Amino acid sequence: MESIEAEVRRYVVEHLLFGRGEVELGGDTSFLESGIIDSTGVLELVQFLEETFQVKVEDEDLIPANLDSISALTRFVKNKYGDSSKNRN
Amino acid sequence: MSEKVSRFSADSLNLDAGAEVARISAVIRDGVFGELRRKGLVVGLSGGIDSSTVAALAVRALGADRVIGIFMPESDSSDDSLQLGQLLGKKLGIRTFKEDISGILKGAECYRRRDEAIKEVIPEYHAGYKSKLVLSSLDSSEFRISYVVVQSPEGVQTKIRLTADAFLALVAATNFKQRTRKMMEYYYADRYLYAVAGTPNRLEYDQGFFVKNGDGAADLKPIAHLYKTQVYQLAAYLGVPAEIQHRPPTTDTYSLEQSQEEFYFSLPYGKMDLCLFGKNHALPPSDVAPAVGLSEQQVARVYKDIDAKRQAAHYLHAPPMLVE
Repeated sequence: MESIEAEVRRYVVEHLLFGRGEVELGGDTSFLESGIIDSTGVLELVQFLEETFQVKVEDEDLIPANLDSISALTRFVKNKYGDSSKNRN
Repeated sequence: MSEKVSRFSADSLNLDAGAEVARISAVIRDGVFGELRRKGLVVGLSGGIDSSTVAALAVRALGADRVIGIFMPESDSSDDSLQLGQLLGKKLGIRTFKEDISGILKGAECYRRRDEAIKEVIPEYHAGYKSKLVLSSLDSSEFRISYVVVQSPEGVQTKIRLTADAFLALVAATNFKQRTRKMMEYYYADRYLYAVAGTPNRLEYDQGFFVKNGDGAADLKPIAHLYKTQVYQLAAYLGVPAEIQHRPPTTDTYSLEQSQEEFYFSLPYGKMDLCLFGKNHALPPSDVAPAVGLSEQQVARVYKDIDAKRQAAHYLHAPPMLVE
């Protein structure tokens, strides 16, 4: 099974960078500061997380600390899995 | 875009209304008769402050007999919009036409598409409900999240976060309204060999609060350089009816009453104006905060939001790309 981080990165490259894999995107690169996400992008990201990882993203989860970089997203999903006692890496 | 300014206060947006009206009038006159070579100007009248001020400026510039006002109500429009538009048309003495665009919108299935988008997140929603789109407040997160609010026929309101699919479907459907209105304005422009005025103020133009090829389309945008506060100053100078000057800004796009603040800007226009002015003049948030009545952190967040909206507005402003 693909790791959470790899799956998140693949989504970000395909949907926020439109497949332009040559664009440098570090694990901690801020989506907001690098201008690759807008309000529609956030909604798309949430839809991806809920559908791919079967997690429920609450309104209070919608903060940069959870969603603004590949590392943050990976951490967020892992924490959510911890909440629901599921096992993904 | 940054300009230096020595002192900053709420008065920084005050202008010499008479001089500005004269300057804009000259540009409209030269633009319409010279550059565009048209006989007059068409203005869509919504009963709001921006379109009313543009129509009054057009009359100053060209004379009442060279200005056409169009009222374009549809099923979701508030009654005020038409009444206030008619009030202005009479006061200015211009030729006006009323075009109810509901039929065109029904033909394009605007309402059905909108209702289906809302049903994606609120299955019990049906045509008897009213609805509006709102954005999360700047205090809740740096991410701006869209919600739909519906009101049942019994008056019960529900607010649900939109999915990306539902959001895009809802916006795409309601954008028919602005594009249909612009189509109608160009009908009259072609019919009488007139040009079409756009009515965005500086906040809307800068921040992308318009529909591409809808209300964003025009031959001339005479108040796009003015902060909304300044548009009100011109409206008062030009004698725009008090009822229009005192009407709260609205989008008049959704069936539930909706302010521009909850739909797009998250702050009252007066505060947004001051923040935008501060940012345009490279003022640090600490200088702007006292005049706006916000904390330094809140102003910093507004600055970030201004940048984010400018980025999103890039697509809206972009002309068609050509291969050289």
